[in-house]
Amino acid sequence: MEPSFAHQLLNTGVAKRLIPCLDVKDGRTVKGVNFVDLRDAGDPVELAWQYSRQEADELVFLDITATHEKRKTTVDMVKAVARNVNIPFTIGGGIHEISDADILLNAGADKISINSAAVRNPTLIDELANAFGIQFVVVAIDTKYIDGKNYVHLNGGRIKTDIITEEWIKEVESRGAGEILLTSMDHDGTKNGFDCTLLRTVNQTLSIPIIASGGAGSQQHFVDVFTQTQVDAALAASVFHYGEIRIPELKEELRTHGIEVR
Amino acid sequence: MIGIINYGAGNIFSLTAALDRLNLKYGMVNAGENMEKYSHIIIPGVGHAGAAMRKLETSGLIDSIKALKQPVLGICVGMQLLTRHSEEGDARLLNIMDMDTLHFAHKIAHKVPHMGWNKVSTCYTSELFKGIPADAYFYFVHSYFIEYNPTFTLAYTTYGLKFSSAIQFNNFYGVQFHPEKSGEAGELLLKNFCTI
Repeated sequence: MEPSFAHQLLNTGVAKRLIPCLDVKDGRTVKGVNFVDLRDAGDPVELAWQYSRQEADELVFLDITATHEKRKTTVDMVKAVARNVNIPFTIGGGIHEISDADILLNAGADKISINSAAVRNPTLIDELANAFGIQFVVVAIDTKYIDGKNYVHLNGGRIKTDIITEEWIKEVESRGAGEILLTSMDHDGTKNGFDCTLLRTVNQTLSIPIIASGGAGSQQHFVDVFTQTQVDAALAASVFHYGEIRIPELKEELRTHGIEVR
Repeated sequence: MIGIINYGAGNIFSLTAALDRLNLKYGMVNAGENMEKYSHIIIPGVGHAGAAMRKLETSGLIDSIKALKQPVLGICVGMQLLTRHSEEGDARLLNIMDMDTLHFAHKIAHKVPHMGWNKVSTCYTSELFKGIPADAYFYFVHSYFIEYNPTFTLAYTTYGLKFSSAIQFNNFYGVQFHPEKSGEAGELLLKNFCTI
């Protein structure tokens, strides 16, 4: 008899990934609570190195104010991270065309993440996948629950669109996204746990990896998101940055729940 | 000194950064260049195997690669090039090892690409894995895999099926994972390669 789909997802052999997310602005790390009030949490290269020592599985850098004049700062930061860190990382923000992605790839980024730019110009996903392979293309999606439906939001959650999140996810997958980074705006910054309902629904039909984001506040939230939704990775920022959750301890906790981690 | 085959297949910044961290000296092997001065050769590669093979053909390095006597390490697509054929672009490859590179899709129920950290289990003792714990995790990102083959498989990994995560034939080695992105285990593997 064929094992159930959920069973197969739980036992793929691949370790569930823990991903600290570093929001960066002008080459410095900041963390937005609900994407507004920004607090400085340190030097991105130093933080990245610390996280690799703590056995973080991967890192995501989101360049939140990627104005054109400041792009060089970002590229220099990507190079510095690639020189010093021995785990994979993704860089997002300010990528509007192939040449933006090409510069970041050559600076040592393993993946790039696009968000609003993909909504405004969906063929960008196809172009990036064709140029660099799907494994290089992460599509980040900010979603908010309004009147019974999930809607895609732009510009760090400030602008609502009429696009239904579940439909957008299917579209980006068919266009050549290699991975989805799904942030629930309702949960982000609350520390009340991930949006397991939405993540479970989405993940059941997805054949590319998905990273859960928004709402991590305790170790139990990570246990919940992996056991209830079988997502491939979970991302968090402040709970990691301020040492509220330490990755080695979190991995021990996940292991005791039978969740495979590195 | 390590010679890195520079044939335009993907970004090598991360690889050279890892070699720099390990204080391992390297140089770039460009089209038509002599490889005798290098003690070790790395064939990198990211992206499409068929396209990578065409670029390698253009570089004119194929005959000299096949004739190499020093240790050679193919990484990711650079490893796949050592096989006979890839389903990616229905491409004929170097055929240094008579085995095939296949697509995961329709063969397994899991997500493709195979992305993330997975266990690597060696089939026999090898200098390449010296000091690396059994079943250590390495970082993978690929949609095509090299079949398991008792003759050539040095280490295997399971993702819906058992595939070759490291292969060896004489002086030719290949790894499907990215040692330059695989934490301390990956750095140790690169170091080991340079002592072979």
